Amino acid sequence: MSDFFNKSDLTRQDADQIVSETLNNCDDGELYLEESKSESILLDDNKIKSSNYSSDLGFGFRAISDEVVAYSYSNEISKDSLKNSSENLKSTLKSIKGTYNHEIPKSNKKFYEEINPIEQKTLDSKLEVLNKVNDFLRKKDGSVKQVTASFAGEQKSIEIIRSGGEALTDVRPLIRFNVSVMLEKNGRKETGVYGIGGRQSYDDYLKNDNWKNVCEEAFRIASVNLESKPAPAGEMKVVLGPGWPAILIHEAIGHGLEGDFNRKKTSAFHDLIGEKVASEGVTIVDDGTIDNRRGSLTIDDEGTPTERTVLIENGILKNFMQDRHNARLMNTRSTGSGRRENYRHIVLPRMRNTMMLSGNQTQDEMIKSVDKGIFAVSFGGGQVDITSGKFVFNCTEAYEINNGKIGSPIKGATLIGDGPSILKEVSMVGNDMMLDPGIGTCGKAGQGVPVGVAQPSILIDKMTVGGTKL
Amino acid sequence: MVKDQEFLKSKASYCLDLAKKMGATDASVTVGHSISETVNFRNKSLEASDRSDGLALSIETYLGKRRSSISSSNLLDENIKTLIEKCFETTKITPEDEFNSLPDKNLLAKQISSLNLYDETRFENDKKIKYLKDLEESASSDKQIINTESSFTENKSNFILANSDGFCDGYKTSSFAASCVTVAKDENSMERDYEFSSKRHLSDIKQATDLGNKAAKQTIRKLSPKKIGSEKISIIFDKRISKGMLSAFASAISASAIARGTSFLKDKIDQQVFANSINVIDKPDIIKGMGSQNFDSEGVNSNTLQLIENGILKNYLVDTYNGKKLNLKSNGRSGGTTNLYFEKGNISYEDIMKKNSRSLYITETIGHGSNLVTGDYSVGATGFLVEDGEFKYPVNEITIAGNFKDMFKNIILANDLEFEYSVNSPTMMIEGMTVAGK
Repeated sequence: MSDFFNKSDLTRQDADQIVSETLNNCDDGELYLEESKSESILLDDNKIKSSNYSSDLGFGFRAISDEVVAYSYSNEISKDSLKNSSENLKSTLKSIKGTYNHEIPKSNKKFYEEINPIEQKTLDSKLEVLNKVNDFLRKKDGSVKQVTASFAGEQKSIEIIRSGGEALTDVRPLIRFNVSVMLEKNGRKETGVYGIGGRQSYDDYLKNDNWKNVCEEAFRIASVNLESKPAPAGEMKVVLGPGWPAILIHEAIGHGLEGDFNRKKTSAFHDLIGEKVASEGVTIVDDGTIDNRRGSLTIDDEGTPTERTVLIENGILKNFMQDRHNARLMNTRSTGSGRRENYRHIVLPRMRNTMMLSGNQTQDEMIKSVDKGIFAVSFGGGQVDITSGKFVFNCTEAYEINNGKIGSPIKGATLIGDGPSILKEVSMVGNDMMLDPGIGTCGKAGQGVPVGVAQPSILIDKMTVGGTKL
Repeated sequence: MVKDQEFLKSKASYCLDLAKKMGATDASVTVGHSISETVNFRNKSLEASDRSDGLALSIETYLGKRRSSISSSNLLDENIKTLIEKCFETTKITPEDEFNSLPDKNLLAKQISSLNLYDETRFENDKKIKYLKDLEESASSDKQIINTESSFTENKSNFILANSDGFCDGYKTSSFAASCVTVAKDENSMERDYEFSSKRHLSDIKQATDLGNKAAKQTIRKLSPKKIGSEKISIIFDKRISKGMLSAFASAISASAIARGTSFLKDKIDQQVFANSINVIDKPDIIKGMGSQNFDSEGVNSNTLQLIENGILKNYLVDTYNGKKLNLKSNGRSGGTTNLYFEKGNISYEDIMKKNSRSLYITETIGHGSNLVTGDYSVGATGFLVEDGEFKYPVNEITIAGNFKDMFKNIILANDLEFEYSVNSPTMMIEGMTVAGK
């Protein structure tokens, strides 16, 4: 746990006093202190290309009255600096008065251990694993022309001080291990990427030579793509595999259910609570409470304990994801979804681990039912236009389906659909729900936060596949 | 006030001295300070104000051919000392890499000319509020506009780059940016669009009312879109999309992608990669240019580079490390392009619109559908169906796809180039791409 008050002239009593005095006439707000230590080590082109360590320390001071949010941050933790920020906030909110809401729920459950993954493993041993990855892949097959492997580790300590002196703390580990391989055969080049990660130590992920599985998977994806043919263009049936393809849920549905877009009525879902937005059998939750997952949080960045929020239950829209600010303005409660990239950014309602729960059909049944369509196994990034509801994502491993059988692999194509209607096109939900391997980062308003997704195999009756073959 | 050069220089030399004292054979350090103030409006009232004040330090230490780096926002001497110790300890056990080195001394920038990148004008928050009020007033004048969000950001920055070969320089820059996002609604649809203006000098920022009007107009015309069928069709890229083609091209000719062999433009120097009417230039010394710089992120002097001459690839974007790998001298492009642009074409916007009886005009793309290894391109898109030079109706929920290798060779550019951003392109037409729709 970081002690934010032993490195400067600012004492806890000073901080309590400045916070209380600043927020006294506001509806909400807090002082957010953060210290993070992170490392990234990259092997590329047969060499350790970079090893970077960084440390970051700072505070963000927020005051909210009515609909107005005033925010000020600095990376100098001192009495002067905090007082300056306080003056900034007061001058923005000078004409608006509020009543501070002291209530914040408590929980003593923790979803990860307070470790520093960087210190738990020596740099030498990390370099050794990266070199092993490189040797393993290059020896595996003559077609391997490029290997990139990386470790990224972080420990973030936060402390939230609210008006009245209440303090909430959290220590969050996060690691990621990634392998990318490029193959070249008969003049064609293709890449395959795979990674794993979460809020645990490196060794939890790398025991039993698990790094080899990551290499095999990256190699397998690249090999499949070497044989890929141009993707079809047009509307057709799409079977999505389990796990990571759930970024479809994240883009198509998740963002549109974030509180801010719905308070502002700019989301296509804003007036659909209680309405049927998905086929029967489709249930989607956003869960911050799964042990050691990338998107899990013991408390969110406003101090609210996270929870499992039911968004869609058996096809009916139930809840939005809320931070304190949007919840207050919409007369509801925070769902523990208030997140920020770091102290430089304001809090926004964000996803944690977004999951579609299992149904009772099998992937086999889905494939057999399709005359002409595609089977999408893995994706790169996705994006959504909240207002029109249109979303896309890019296939990194996909196959044609012809007459109920899986055919040739197809080149990376973008799939496009309409968020509010796509879940009504889901005609089968599989019994094979799987979590993603722990690699997701969600971007919103210039802020990236780690997230997770999960889903079973699903069959979508109609989606547009953006290939080149008419 | 943004910290002055003296303060940043003293921190930089403290770092260099310390690294040397610990035994580093070489070192380089960047110290920067930046202050930003943003005001956000929504539906004609104040929504948020945000002030940020940030110091940033990054250091690289070398021991012969070994190198590692650290970065931090905490500039207290004691913290710097701990970090440099840690950095140097890491350097010692990092394997050697024969290509690691500071830039060639002869290539370092010697003279710093003023590019007028700093405007000391302080635009008080009250003035920002007035600007945004005017902007949103004009943005929301049509009743189909149901939501407006806008912001004004003022930024002042200063930095020093220093290395153990004696390079020590830096300069102040400023930027002012206004943006507006509007949402329009009719009985069939809800659509969003935007407009923004970003400049080094306050006086160059677009008029608030112009910005608001334009955002609203661009949003309203997107209402009640249709989906079209899948077909091959000529595509016209609005300027805000066509400049993205340049960014993709720039990524594909970075020395790092070339050295790693992960670019579809590897080994294409002196070969035809664009239509022979196309010229691409990267010019670092445009006065008040958004991408202008006196030297790159390693201190290397950067001159104007002709990247594409009559369709032929003439240069990669070279930094020191990857340059050594490729046996090329750095051309001052560590950190990428500066002010990158297509030279304007010789056909008017009107003529490009009329060139085919039917074409598709793209105003927005979504998704990350550019594969720079293979050149494959596939993205979601929205725009308008054009018939006989006129917008017929808005189109959405489609994708456009092709391969850069073919697309680049089929580019036709209009003569409407303007220098608005750090990457600029005229309106562009590419014939024979695939649209996937119904």
